[in-house]
Amino acid sequence: MSMKSLKLFLVLLLAAPVSALAQAKLNVAATTEDLASLAREVGGDNVTAIAFSKGYQDPHFVDPKPSFILAVSRADVFIVIGRELEIGWLPPLLSSSRNGKIQQGAKGYLDASLNVRILEIPTGQITRAMGDVHPTGNPHYWLEPGNGRRIAQAIRDKLSEVAPDNAAYFAQRYADFDTRLAAAEKRWDATMAPYKGTKLVTYHRSWPNFMERFGLEVMGYVEPKPGIPPSPSHTLELIQDMKAQGVKLIVVEPYFDLKTPQAIANQVGGGKVLVLAPSVGGAKEATDYIQLFEYDVNLLAGALKQITGK
Amino acid sequence: MRAMYVACAAMMAAALVMAPRPALAQTAEQAQQLQQQIDQLKKEFGDRLAALETQLAAIQGAQGGAAPAQTAAPVQEVGQGAGLANSKIFNPDMAVIGDFLGAAGKNEVNPNPALAMHESEASFQAFVDPYARADFFLSFGEEGVGVEEGFLTFTSLPGGLLTKVGKMRAAFGKINTMHNHVLPWTDRPIVMGNLVGGEDGIDDAGISVARLIPAGPLFLEATGQVFRGDSGESLFKSSERGDLSYVGHLRAYHDISESTNLDLGASYSYGHNPAGIVKDIDLGRFTTTLFGTDVTLRWRPLRRAIYQQFVGRSEIIWSDRGQFGGRQRSMGYYASGDYQFARRWFMGGRYDRSERADNATLLDKGASATLTYWPSEFSQVRGQYRRTDYADGPAANELLFQFLFSIGAHGAHVF
Repeated sequence: MSMKSLKLFLVLLLAAPVSALAQAKLNVAATTEDLASLAREVGGDNVTAIAFSKGYQDPHFVDPKPSFILAVSRADVFIVIGRELEIGWLPPLLSSSRNGKIQQGAKGYLDASLNVRILEIPTGQITRAMGDVHPTGNPHYWLEPGNGRRIAQAIRDKLSEVAPDNAAYFAQRYADFDTRLAAAEKRWDATMAPYKGTKLVTYHRSWPNFMERFGLEVMGYVEPKPGIPPSPSHTLELIQDMKAQGVKLIVVEPYFDLKTPQAIANQVGGGKVLVLAPSVGGAKEATDYIQLFEYDVNLLAGALKQITGK
Repeated sequence: MRAMYVACAAMMAAALVMAPRPALAQTAEQAQQLQQQIDQLKKEFGDRLAALETQLAAIQGAQGGAAPAQTAAPVQEVGQGAGLANSKIFNPDMAVIGDFLGAAGKNEVNPNPALAMHESEASFQAFVDPYARADFFLSFGEEGVGVEEGFLTFTSLPGGLLTKVGKMRAAFGKINTMHNHVLPWTDRPIVMGNLVGGEDGIDDAGISVARLIPAGPLFLEATGQVFRGDSGESLFKSSERGDLSYVGHLRAYHDISESTNLDLGASYSYGHNPAGIVKDIDLGRFTTTLFGTDVTLRWRPLRRAIYQQFVGRSEIIWSDRGQFGGRQRSMGYYASGDYQFARRWFMGGRYDRSERADNATLLDKGASATLTYWPSEFSQVRGQYRRTDYADGPAANELLFQFLFSIGAHGAHVF
């Protein structure tokens, strides 16, 4: 090899990874499908987004599989729900990822909960006697379009920070998403309007943001305490309360057993169990963030129509 | 003498009068600067508030004016209302896990006490700085306190190297890395006791480096570890500074489907053993070499992940131990299956078979059946029926029972 060709070879060798980086899409890894979907909305063709927890899986209990470690090791941006939702499986993923870019506090790490509206922040002394309480508030906050918008904004800002060259693209993608979401929200509000104030029961405390947004009132839970499986005494109490208040609807996440909710519905008389999608991918129709609400709102409105006759 | 007092008093008075002057001038200047900074902040704050209000109005406008008044307080900081005092914020995550063990039945070879607070483990975990985290696990047994593990992990070294420094359980197979409270049994398989250093296993001060090997969708990780050379009662013992022990581990993991995965491992370990030590002098300079393979098959349907799962696991371990009278080549294994059949219920079985490291002609065999109940994810009650056929004693039939309970920070489970 002559000196000249050696130099050329070295230059190519040095340049190759740089040009590959310049062209490569940003790798976004997210803990849930909802975050990945919002990252796709904002990132468009400039990102590849993957999620670890499936929409039909309980996001509290996810196995930190080594295949996830591979994905985190390649990530440029890592988005988490936060509020201790992933506390049981996230720390080992991060610490074995060998990726300094996305460690907590690094540039590529985004806690989506920092900029959103959080409900049920406990006040006063909290103990495990209250069940598996989240001390920094209810982590199921993504189930409200306003929060979805705020998460998308945070993703836009984070992607622009990591890839400033594409900031204008991300801003435009966000604006487009914002417009589509606003139009959809009008539709959902109209669909849900007749049922404002209707009371219902949910299995876990997954729906406070969603129900508040559409003016529905959660009067009880199938779980006696967060994360604690149904008990006979609580179930009896719940049945009595539902009868007394004329509550007929029980909303269940797809990863819970339907036996107890079904038994409650039968006891109440005319009761109905409805499996809603708590996340993108929680039902096959819920293909992205907007479709998730489209699916849930239509299903819920259909059930409420049957029950209330409105 | 009196003149001294007067002089001292005069000097002190002078100091008191003189000193504040330049300080006062400085304070006035600082105050002015502060005032300017406050004004600047006020202005910035006002501007930002105005910008936010405009945004809010835009959002409400976009929602067709139907937005409820709730959007008025969209932002809440972490920690607000969570009762976190600032002084505690940097405290490590702390937890204590209690392990109460009871035994009934007859065991003449290796009897457990009828009732024992077998072990209490205290864990302290936190980030040290942007480059490393530290994990401490102290075990409080009935005899005393020990550092089960205490290590520093560098999370972002170049070259994809995951480096740990400190005292740690070695990456030899699966069970050796696990703490008592994550085992699916109340005890450890016989082969671990016979060949891999007993309950504590290979647990020593050292340095560990692990690297991912690119292999497409396959997770392939190679780990190399160097330890001081003291593990277990009769496994490794260093008599000189150079008597280090080594552990190598290769792990391959593959997702067969979204609910099923296969985890394979091969392990190697080498170190000096205490067989040749006579009156504190290592006359024999004998060594032990261990080889191990492990296989774990997991099945957990995601939709029913909190109700149903199965873990099948086996490890085979070969030991080649130098001692007076020639090398002993021993082999042992266990095979186990654990099935969760309801939200709170698990059942399992295990078969044990192992020769002894110092005498390969002695073969111990055992079989166990377990039933576990989880009141919540923070506590569990377990019963285990165990039959052990000892090579050198009468067979033991025992009923072991265990209460495990955890308080403090929510621990994360390593897969």
